[in-house]
Formats: sequence, C-alpha cells, structure tokens
Amino acid sequence: MSEIALYTKDLSVYYGEKQAVKRVSMAFPSRQVIALIGPSGCGKSTFLRSLNRMNDLIAGARIEGEIWIGNDNICDPQTDVVQLRQKIGMVWQRPNPFHKSIYENIAFGPRYHGVRKRAELDEIVETTLRKTALWDEVKDRLHQSALSLSGGQQQRLCIARSLAVKPSILLMDEPASALDPISTSKIEELIAELKKEYTIIIVTHNMHQAARISDKTGFFLLGDLIEYDDTQKIFTNPSKKSTDDYISGRFG
Amino acid sequence: MKAKTVDRIATGVIVAIAVLILAVLAGLLGYLLVRGLRHISFDFLTSPPQTIKAGGGIGPQLFNSLFLLVLTMIITIPLGLGAGIYMSEYAKENRFTAFVRLIVEVLSSFPSIVIGLFGLLVIVNRFGLGFSLLSGALALTVFNLPMMVRITEQSLRSVPREQKEAGLALGISRWRTITQVMLPVALPSIVTGTILAAGRVFGEAAALLFTAGMSSPRLDFTDWNPLSPTSPLNPLRPAETLAVHIWKINSEGLAPDAPEIAAGASAVLVITVLLFNLGARWFGRLLYRKLTASK
Amino acid sequence: MNLSYKEVKRDTAVQASKPFPKHRIEEWRGKAYVYVCILVLIVTIFSIVYFIAVRGLTPFVSGGVGVGEMLFGKVWDPDAEQPLYGALPFLYGSFATSLLAAAIAAPLGFCAAIFMTEMMPKLGRTVLQPAIELLAGIPSVVYGFVGLSVIVPFLRHTFPGQGIGIMAGSIVLSIMILPTVTTIATDALRSLPSGLKEGSYALGATRWQTISRIILPTTLPSLLTGIVLGIARAFGEALAVQMVIGNAPHIPDSLFESAATLTSIITLSMGNTTLGSAHNNALWSLALILLLMTFVFVFIVRLLERRAKR
Repeated sequence: MSEIALYTKDLSVYYGEKQAVKRVSMAFPSRQVIALIGPSGCGKSTFLRSLNRMNDLIAGARIEGEIWIGNDNICDPQTDVVQLRQKIGMVWQRPNPFHKSIYENIAFGPRYHGVRKRAELDEIVETTLRKTALWDEVKDRLHQSALSLSGGQQQRLCIARSLAVKPSILLMDEPASALDPISTSKIEELIAELKKEYTIIIVTHNMHQAARISDKTGFFLLGDLIEYDDTQKIFTNPSKKSTDDYISGRFG
Repeated sequence: MKAKTVDRIATGVIVAIAVLILAVLAGLLGYLLVRGLRHISFDFLTSPPQTIKAGGGIGPQLFNSLFLLVLTMIITIPLGLGAGIYMSEYAKENRFTAFVRLIVEVLSSFPSIVIGLFGLLVIVNRFGLGFSLLSGALALTVFNLPMMVRITEQSLRSVPREQKEAGLALGISRWRTITQVMLPVALPSIVTGTILAAGRVFGEAAALLFTAGMSSPRLDFTDWNPLSPTSPLNPLRPAETLAVHIWKINSEGLAPDAPEIAAGASAVLVITVLLFNLGARWFGRLLYRKLTASK
Repeated sequence: MNLSYKEVKRDTAVQASKPFPKHRIEEWRGKAYVYVCILVLIVTIFSIVYFIAVRGLTPFVSGGVGVGEMLFGKVWDPDAEQPLYGALPFLYGSFATSLLAAAIAAPLGFCAAIFMTEMMPKLGRTVLQPAIELLAGIPSVVYGFVGLSVIVPFLRHTFPGQGIGIMAGSIVLSIMILPTVTTIATDALRSLPSGLKEGSYALGATRWQTISRIILPTTLPSLLTGIVLGIARAFGEALAVQMVIGNAPHIPDSLFESAATLTSIITLSMGNTTLGSAHNNALWSLALILLLMTFVFVFIVRLLERRAKR
C-alpha cells in the first residue's frame, strides 16, 4: 500500500437540515487516480467540494468530521483555508478560465504567491502548458484572451492554471462532461500523465471513463459511500448489489 | 363571437397606445431638436450668458456641468464599488444586511430636492463649503450613490460562481479574487451602468439649486490654477450647471431671447444624455469584446 | 516589499498558523474598506433624517405652530403680521398631481408592457423598450421646459384658464413616470410562468380574456408596486412641476387653475428666506413631510413586494 495523500473520517456535509454526505470515511493513496461515481444527487460532488472547503461558500453548508492532509485536519476551524487551497487544485465541469490572457491565467496564481521575476513566471507558464500538452497549440498567442480558445483547450488551460501553484492533489468535478469526444480523450490522456506527480480525485458520470482512467473507485448512493475498492474489482466483481445494479446500468 | 370583438378592440387600443408613446417621444425629441438646433452654434456653446441683452451663450454652464460630473464620479465610484462589493460578497443574510438594503432603497427613493436641502443645511452651511462645485458634487454623490451600489452589486452577482471558485481554489484571498478575478468579468456591465448613471447626474438640477448655486462667477479660461477664485478649476467657487440654467431662465430669465436660449440649452442637454445612453451601450459592448476576445 | 514577502513565505512554509500571513492582512484591509463605504451610507442617511427633522420640527416645538394647523390649514401666509402656516394647498397639490399622473401613466404603462411581452415582443424589444429607456433618461428640467412651451399653451387654447395648473403638472409627470410603471410591469409579465397563459389559450380564451382574467390578477401586486414607485417619484419631483403648475398657494377650484405643491413652494421660497427665520423653518417642515412620505412609499412598496412573492 502506498502512502496516503488525504483521508476523511466520518465526514458529513449538511445543506441546512439536509444531510448530503453521510459519515464518509475514505483514504486516497498518493499518485493514483480515484474516481467517485454514483447517480446525480448522490453527494459525490458535495464530497469532492468539501475536500478543499469550497462548500464554505454556499450559505447554510456545514461540515462535520475530519479531513486529514499529512498532519493537518483541515476541518479544524484554526485551519487557514486560503493556504490550504493552494495545496489542492481544482477543475470544474465547465471550463472557467479567467477573463485574462492565456499567459495571465497561469501566471496569476504564482505571482500572487510571491513569484515576481518575469523569467521565473515565463518558465512556470511554459512548463505547465507543456505538462497539459497545450504549449505547442498556444505558444504563439500567449497574450491573447483565454476565452478565444476552444472548450477543450480552455479546460486544459484550467488544469495548467491549477498546476502552476504547485498543488499535490487535484480535484476534478466531471472535467470532461462538457467537452467533445476528442477533447475528452485528450483530458483522459492528460490525467494518466499527471498521476505520476499528483493525486487525482475525479467525479464522473461516465462509467467507462472511470473504468479507463482510475486506479480506485468509490460508489456513492444517497450520500453514503456504498463501496470503495480497486477499480478492477468494482467493475468486474462488486461486492454490493446496488453497485452492480448501477454499473450494469439498471438505474442512474 | 362577442369575446372576439372585445379582443379586437383591446388589441387596437394597445397598439394605439404603443404608437402614442412612440409619438410622444418622437414629438418631444423632434420639438427640442427643431427648436433648439437652430440656436446652437459654436459661439452659443462657448460664450458666457447675458443677463438682459440677447445673444448670451452657455459656455460656463456647459463646462460646470462636465466638471461637476467628473468631481461627482471621482467621489461616487470608489464609495459605490466598496459598498456594492460588500452587498454582493461580504453581506451575510442577517438583520444588518437587511438594514443596509433598506437604507440603499430609502436613499434611492429620496426626492432629489430633499437631498439638495440636506446639502444646503449640512454641506453648504455646517461644513462651510458655501455654494460651490464641491458642495454640488457631494450632494450629487448622495443622489448617485445608491445607484452605483446597485449597479456594482448586480454586476458582481451575475459573475459565474465558477470564476470566484477558480480564484479561491488557487489559494488566493477573497479580496484579491473579488478585485482581480470577478471585477474584470463584471466590468462591462459596471461601466455601462455607470455611464447611464452619469447621464442622470448630468441632467440633475433640483439637488444643485441650493448646493452648487444658481450663479457662476466670471471665469477666466486662461487661469488654470485651482486656487484662484476666477479659475474654472477652483472647486470652491459657485457653479451654475446647464440644467440649473435652463430652470433659471425659464422662471426668471430677463434676456429677450430667453426662450431660444432655453430651447438651445435643452437641446444640448438632451443630446448629451442621448450620447451618454448610446455611449454606454457601445462602450460596454466594446469592453466586453475586448475582455473576452469574442466576436 | 519583496523582501518582507519572502520572509512571510518562509514562515508560512514552516508553520501554517502564523498569525498574520499576507493574505490575512489583505483581506482585513479589503473588509475595512468596504465597511467604511457602508458606514458612509449609514451616516449619510441618518444625518439626512436627523438634520431635516431637527429643522422641520422647530415650528412645532418652539414656533408655536400646531401640527394640525399646518396639515389642515388652508392659508399659507408666513410673512403676514399674524403668520399662517396652512400647508393643505401644497399637500393637496402634491397628492392631486402625483395621483392624477399615476392614473394617466398606469394604463399606458400596462398597455405598453402587454405590447412588449404578449403581442410583438420583437418590435417591443427593438423599438418600444429603447424609446421608454430614453424617456427615462431625459432630465426633468427639459420636461419642465417642454411642458411650459408646449403643454401649457395647448391647455390654454383648449380649456378655460391659463393652461398652468394641476392638469399641466400631471401630464408632465405622467410622461416622466411612464418608464418606471412600464419597466416594472414588463418585468412582472415576463416572469409569468408560460404554462399559465398557454393553459388559458388552450381552453379557447381570446388574448384579451387571458390578459384580463389571468395575467392582470396574477401580476396585480407587481403592477401596483410600479404604480406606487411612480407616485413616489412624481410626489418628490420638483422642478418640472414647479415650472408648469403656476405656484399660487391656494387650493384650486379646477385642474386648469394655478396651484402649488410641497416641492414647488420649497423650490421657490427656500432661496428667498434667511436660515433660521420662522418662514424658513416652516419650509423645512414641508421638507420633513416629503421625507416622511418617502418612508411611507418605501413601506407600501415593501408590503406589495412581499405580496408579489407569494
């Protein structure tokens, strides 16, 4: 068993009175891809968004339980959320580049965190764009608006943007669901490449995608974590009946 | 069958009213332009007014209106942005926020004459600023602030949530995320709203009668020292604006060509407001295109 | 700057709980700034109410004028040997002009809204809506000027009297508040669930039946909100009314006779009286009435909005 990048203990998330995630305990090994699957409204996205405390933004949302990264419980009220978020990158369903140039989209984060030298920034921009296989496509127009890129390119730019502040964990909330098949396969290739350096937790609706790219898979239903195991096992020989029903397409 | 007849009549009435409204607008603009444009010349726009002789212009008034607008915006924009950011990003759903919301609503409902009176009482007399451009600008700030707050709040609220989350997820503070990620996205609609608000400020008169005053000293347009009393830039001199001037010559104008001057000045005022309206749309669209690089 | 930042960074790398990392200071400054702006708003509104109330209450507190005397007195003669401060003519003028203006503008605005949402949305959006926005942008002195040079002469030729008066004021005001009424009515009609209308049409109802039996009753609270906002604006409008109403401080016998409103008498007399004199203080009482009416209008609008939400 490899080292653990992050684990939750009895994590519950409430929206007002409604409990969206029910006492989920889950460990995420380093440098692996973990897929979270389940029907809409099963709490998988809420769970994902609580890992970097992004649910704090939603009025009425409340977390109980523990989330450990190294020796820090990030649910502790003492935790500096802003610093925490730098260690955890995030990618959304719809590409959401800043309304800035391609270069600025990437340089914005590192510059805020103290990188001032132009040469250093240039280097960060180039490395992250190369990592996301975007460099050759955009190197001649770095100073054009990021919104001039195609949807798939925008999504890769968003991944590059989050890599630029040197996180160790990446959270992805259905990163390919708004993209065409070609862009989707590019994102999937990218995820396979990125797991050499990062722990990737990905929410997906697409079970083939989960089977293709993940090492481990967790199945959520109505806020409960039903089953969590190696992807291979989940998709070939699940131990719970509801997992089997969902995977074989009997509901969801 | 009867219902159909009623329906037809109602339809006719509604269309007729729509046409009537358009006709009123067209008549209004047509009247102002036909009567006013005849009187507008370079000389009219630049020369000072005459009290009893014919042939006066509106030069100082036009300058005062523009200068006052700039002063007002310099004070209003930072305050309005700050309060608007508070309303959209920092306000929690509690009693204090409800109270602030009520205040903005009440403030925007105050008649402008009441704001002018407040200016007279507090700014002109108590602060001792006298009838001056600065007093006028402060009164217009009170008049304009609620609108700026609303514009900022609504523009920020319409920024997609993912933009804010993207900033925060990079470990950037809330304040920086608001000012450097969200504000650029909201900018086109803030700018459009601000220009429209500026149009309203430009035409406002009631709040200025007792603050900026109803007279304008002889201005020396070669003297640009803001401390000199005859300098156009001196913020502590009284300044009659174009809108106030129109009101004054209509109620107490002695010059024989007062109606013509009023018509010319009204036409100038309306044309300026029209330009603000068109400019707001055009500039907002331009900015949007520039910031998003979309076509 | 750069140096101190690096120090902060090194520290945060070691212990995440350093009390003042850069972003905390930044956040604190930002919050301080927005709270100052809010404070300015609060201080402004309280000083407006306070200063005008203190002045406006002086005639009642130390001037020996009774509240009833002012609200119901029919004669305004502050400069007489025995000064009289009856403000009823102005109250009458203000209410008459603004209510009449609303009575003219409300049906026009409602029809315009129907035209834009139910009949010709495309034409409405491209022609009528910009036209109404333009009407909203025209300054009030320009309305006053046009009223004085077009509407007043027209009324003088058509009806008995001088042309000036409550009718002239109401017509000018009705054009000025038309955009308010129309915009709010349009928003209300646009936000109607489409199933509601389709259901009615499916039952074979004509357009007018649908409008009068379904749309009008459902949107009534919102329509009323627009009308009240319009009345509020008309009530507080000063210069446009002052220019066409004639400014005679008595209750007129007809709509075509010179009259006065709260705003018009304030506009005319405030500059000609010295601050602190009994006459001047009485004008501040009128301003206080305007101020209180604003609160009343806001209160009514809030009630209606609560009703509209349900």
